[in-house]
Amino acid sequence: MNPRKDLITIGSLTDQEINTILDSATAMKDIFTKSVKKVPALKGKSVLTLFYEPSTRTRSSFEVAAHRLSADVTTFTVGTSSVVKGESVHDTIDTLMSMKMDYIIVRHKNSGIPDVIARHCKAAVINAGDGAHAHPSQAFLDAFTIREKYGTVAGRRVVIIGDILHSRVARSTSTILQRLGAQVAYMGPGPLVPLQQHTGIPRFTNWDDVFEWKPDVIYLLRVQNERIDTPFFPAGDYHQAFGVTEERLKVIDDLDLSIMHPGPVNRGVELCDAAMDYRNCLVCNQVENGIAARMSILYHLTPQTQNND
Amino acid sequence: MSKIDSAAINRAIGEWAAHIAGSAAAGSAPLAVIGLISHGDLLARRLVRLLEERGVQAQYGALDISLYRDDFDMKSSKPALRSSYLPFSTDGLRVILVDDVVYTGRTARAALNALFEYGRPAHVELHTLADRGGRELPITPDYSCFVINAPTGDVAVHLQETDGCDEITC
Repeated sequence: MNPRKDLITIGSLTDQEINTILDSATAMKDIFTKSVKKVPALKGKSVLTLFYEPSTRTRSSFEVAAHRLSADVTTFTVGTSSVVKGESVHDTIDTLMSMKMDYIIVRHKNSGIPDVIARHCKAAVINAGDGAHAHPSQAFLDAFTIREKYGTVAGRRVVIIGDILHSRVARSTSTILQRLGAQVAYMGPGPLVPLQQHTGIPRFTNWDDVFEWKPDVIYLLRVQNERIDTPFFPAGDYHQAFGVTEERLKVIDDLDLSIMHPGPVNRGVELCDAAMDYRNCLVCNQVENGIAARMSILYHLTPQTQNND
Repeated sequence: MSKIDSAAINRAIGEWAAHIAGSAAAGSAPLAVIGLISHGDLLARRLVRLLEERGVQAQYGALDISLYRDDFDMKSSKPALRSSYLPFSTDGLRVILVDDVVYTGRTARAALNALFEYGRPAHVELHTLADRGGRELPITPDYSCFVINAPTGDVAVHLQETDGCDEITC
């Protein structure tokens, strides 16, 4: 099989590629426990993080991952004022190609920009989130975290809760979980949850239905006020209707469910304070596993920069 | 195409264990037999068991050296990594690195780098089931069961544990 150059969406990967990346992530995580937390796999390779949207965790997670593989990392900071569209994306690609980067990690508010860059670059391009389209590295770390907790993803039941419609995390994570044999359901405010007839995914709008569905994992999405001009709800109302309140946490505890969240958590909105300390809260595991998953992604992609340049 | 069958391989592995046991008797450093994934780990496991039968204690380890390679094949996908198993420090040990075939020597080079992240062994030796020639680095195994002169072409090692039978074809 020809090596894959880019990671743009989960849907573009084969089952074998998905499993290979997850399997390698386990071995990558072993590196964290050694006294030397570094391996020479990407020694001499250049990694660029190109973020047109603010991000702290995804970017630093990729940067730590690249450092642990011994790559050299450059951070390309793009001010919000220089948002590029149309031709200027091509100018950016020309600049990046001149820099002879081997891996480019891109986040952009417009769907499709990482794909455009990937098509015109010899570098391996990783989509670190494009609009409401996809966030494949998040999907890998979520699947990896569930697999680590339960031994396998197949057969697990996961409810994703929040603004599904605008969420690239919901899209990518539900795709990978379904590919691995899990069952996924959505819950959230009615106008923000797509209809089952369009997605094939069960759709709930309240917690009673969620508990009745007997999930293993409750996955809360961050309320992204920065993406919505007018907030739909005051934060307190959202918490009461869709968040993990202290009362719901008791039910979750009784049922031994796990809680996940892509971060950063809005305390008192998606999760009450106590939920962060809950014994099955996997939020910190997700952060740690994010580095392992991203190391595995970097390792398995193959830039075409060596061949012709 | 010639073939080495399972009887010959079993006999050779028995002699291999006897050789290690003989050299371990002289009051040397404690022994660790560390196999290179994949195949080397299976041979290492067999050797540790045979050594035990001879009353020689050896620790078993397995190393995945993929992250230390210098010869990634850019034309094909990389296989999934496997977790190394080295639940002990190698400080002061006599380490025997075990691989199925030694060829260019690049795997052995990568294995040395990987190994030294787990401590500072007193001695390191390289033992292989087959030496097929074709070296590109100044590396020579300390022990090889079979010497096959095949610097080009295919040499395939099949082992009972993964392939259903012991066999070397070349």
